[in-house]
Parts: sequence; C-alpha cells; structure tokens
Amino acid sequence: MTRSLYLPLLRLILATTVLVVLWQLVIFFGAPRYMLPAPLSVMQTLVTQWGLLWHHALVTLGEIVAGFLCGTLLGAGTALVLSRWAFLRSTVLPLLLLTQAIPVFAIAPLLVLWFGYGPGSKIVMATLIIYFPVASTCYDGLRQTQTGWLDLASTMGGSANRQLFYIRLPAALPSLASGLRMAATAAPIGAIIGEWVGSSAGLGYLMLQANGRMQTDLMFAALIMLLVITITLYFTVDRLCRLAMPWQPDHAGRYALLNGEMT
Amino acid sequence: MPPPDLRFESHTSDGLWVHQARLAFGDRVLFDDVSLSLPAPGWSCLLGRSGCGKSSLLRMMAGLSVSNDAHLTMVDASHHPFEQRIAWMGQQDLLLPWRRVIDNVQLGAVMRGERADPDRAMALLEKTGLGWAARRYPQTLSGGERARVALARTLYEQAPLVLMDEPFAALDAMTRLDIHARACELLSDRIVLMVTHDPLEALRLGDQLLIMRGSPARIERVLPPEGAPPRDPTTASMSRHHGELLTALTELSA
Repeated sequence: MTRSLYLPLLRLILATTVLVVLWQLVIFFGAPRYMLPAPLSVMQTLVTQWGLLWHHALVTLGEIVAGFLCGTLLGAGTALVLSRWAFLRSTVLPLLLLTQAIPVFAIAPLLVLWFGYGPGSKIVMATLIIYFPVASTCYDGLRQTQTGWLDLASTMGGSANRQLFYIRLPAALPSLASGLRMAATAAPIGAIIGEWVGSSAGLGYLMLQANGRMQTDLMFAALIMLLVITITLYFTVDRLCRLAMPWQPDHAGRYALLNGEMT
Repeated sequence: MPPPDLRFESHTSDGLWVHQARLAFGDRVLFDDVSLSLPAPGWSCLLGRSGCGKSSLLRMMAGLSVSNDAHLTMVDASHHPFEQRIAWMGQQDLLLPWRRVIDNVQLGAVMRGERADPDRAMALLEKTGLGWAARRYPQTLSGGERARVALARTLYEQAPLVLMDEPFAALDAMTRLDIHARACELLSDRIVLMVTHDPLEALRLGDQLLIMRGSPARIERVLPPEGAPPRDPTTASMSRHHGELLTALTELSA
C-alpha cells in the first residue's frame, strides 16, 4: 500500500519540478515580469500575502464544498427517484438534459442577480455545474444492475424498495464514485466563475483585483491556492469513495489520476 | 447455546405438479399445455437444446418475467396451488461483491425484511466447508468456493422447491464433481429442478431425467441409470446411458 501511495506522489513532485524549471527558463529567455512572474517571486507573495490569500481561499473553499455537497445530494437524489418511479422519466429526463444544454456561464450574471453577491450565487453555480454529471453517472449505474441479482432478489421476495437500496444502489456506487471524482474537479470552476461575475471575497475576486492592478505574482499565488484546494478535494473524495467500497480491490484504479488515467 | 436447527420440514411430501404451461412470443409458440411432475424429495434434471424454452420454463416456475404470453399452474399432491417459498440458483453464483460471505448467505432475510439468523448462516457455511471464509468478500474466493457459498445461500432459504438454471456450468470438471456431491447431500430433502446442458451432470444427479424437445416443445421422461445419486461418472453403465442420452438429444432437431 505504501508503495502504491509514494510512487505516484514521487512522479507528481518530479513533474512539478520539471514544470517549474521550464517556467524559470521562459523567464530567463526574456518573458516580461508583468506577464509572467518568476516562480520565486510567486513563492515570496505566497508567504508575505499569506493572510490575505488564506482569507479568500477559505471563502472559496466554503463555496466549493457547499456546492459539491448540494450538487451530490441533488444529483444522486434525482437518480434514485428516476430509477424508482419509471413514469417520471419521460418528464424529468428532458429537464435534466436542459440543465446541461444551458451553459452555466451564460446565466451566471442572472444567478448573481437572484442569489446575491454573497456565497449563495457561487454555491448555486457550483451545484448546477456538477448536478448533471452526478445525476447521469448515478442513474446509469442504477440502471445497469446485473439482471441476475435482481432475479435472485425477487425470488427471495424482495420489494422494489429493498431491491433499490440493497442491490441497485450498492451496485451503482462505482459509477457514482466516478461521477463524484469528476464533480470534485468541476465544482471549483463554478465557484470561481461566480466570483468573477460579482463578489466581494474569494480567490476569483482576488484574482480579478490582482489582474486589474498588474499584480501577476499575486494572481499566480491565488491560482496556486485554488490548485491546492482542487487537488485536495479530488483526493479526499477519492479516498472517501474507496472507504465506502471496502470490497473493491485496493490496487485497481487507486490514485488513477496520478497514474495517468483520468477516471 | 443450543446449535441452530438446520432440519427442514417439507410441507409437500408427495411432490409437485406443473400443469398447462404455455409460453409464446407473439406468433411463436415455444410450448403449450406442457405438464411435468416432480417427486418430493427428489432431483429432476431438465435437458434440451438451447432455445427450446427450458430456462424460460424454470423462470416461469420461479415467478420471474419471461413474456406477456406465459402461464402455468403449480399444484401439490392435494391439488392446492403451490405457494411456498422458492430458492433460485442462477447461471452465475450471483454473490453480491459488497456483502461479506455470511451476509450473502443471509440475503434472503434482508430482502424479506426479516431478522437475519447468523448462527444458522454460519452453520450452513460450516456444512459447505466454508466456515473459515464467513468474513471474507466473495471475490477473494475461488469459483468452486463461490459456488458453495451460493449453495449455502440456497439452503438458508429453507424453501421446499429449489430451481437451478445451469448453476455449475462455469466450473471446471473437478470442481463440478465436488460440488455435485455436496449439493446432492445437502439438498436431498428438497424438490430440485435443474436445467442443464450437460448430459453427464444430469445422469450423475437426476432421480428423474426430463427431455424437452419438439416445436412446440413436449417433455418426455427418461429413466435414470441404476444406483443412487451422486453416481460415479466413470462406470460402463454411465457411459452407455451418456451415449443414449446424447443420441436422444441430437435426434430432437429432426
């Protein structure tokens, strides 16, 4: 287990180092500072402006986590309702598609108008962005239960509800997990877009401010904070999904992202 | 603590009759007005070419959906409709990967919303030689061990009628011989109907052999070889019966 954890981590560190060296090389060959700050000055900003960055990062983190939880609950709930009551499918499925057909970015100003400058509109935005991937992966998982299991359950006298909760839902967990991993990387996009459109706090707000004042090093520092949040969220979700499925073989797909296969 | 009661009380001591079985898909009638009787206790094997409707007949007896145009009646010796519990063994072992072995054995209780009986489940696992694996996940077991868990799950149901749809088809020959012997012993007090593609399996286990053939299909009874199941598959008598059965099965297409 330790090997499978540290080897990909080592690879990540190696890849990051290569990127930073390339970055420094570009600076060396004369990219202007106001366009691309040096890695070292970004590091310095990270340290000197830590209080500011931390304050805004906490705001954004709160929005992302709240949006992730709301989107997951709504998405998984929709999938459960759709697979339990077949007659709802014909009406709800087109609606589900509709939420995906309208780009969330396009209605972002509207959401800020409706839900205000505070975290509300950002949470709604993040929720909307992950709602469809979560709902559709979970619904697919619930539909593709091995028919043999359902046959067995019905000869045992299992009601539709018991079959849903004891057979179809656990069988759908791997699909739901891949939807959640996708959501973990998508939810931050929603929060940041929301902050760009209108806000008074958060990393997106900070980046706009820094950009306006040509403080590219602060912008990069904020970007790094966002990167750390997203990666931490991804691995937390990944870990929780694995804990929820102790029967899954440990090696298969572990740290799939780091091993170079996006799930 | 007293040991869990594993005895099985059969309420259908005189057998089971299936009448007026009909199955059609649109204009295509697979069988109509077919009947068969199953001795109790006893092991009946249903043979036939693929597509003749034998698996569908088994599904109909289990109350599983087959077609809109499917019907049969099942009665016991006193002509009362058979409404007792049925235990089902499908083509795979159908173990749920997220439930530990013992929880798979008790699945029926969970499905019916009853209180599970871990002592009885454990005793059944001991009987199939898998007491050591109770807390394991099924995917850590071999094919033969999984089949034995499925057998324990079937026994846990305490159903008088056991319906099997080629349950051992995926196992290798040696493992199959072993599970035959165990199943034969553990299910000796039930009515078993097993669909199989393997004439040798039928000859080894059957108290009664049923051949489904023709279009629309009919069911014919064939006498099993002498001796009590599980029969030794290596004897001359078994090879002779095997030959005869194969000939009978290949003739059906004519």
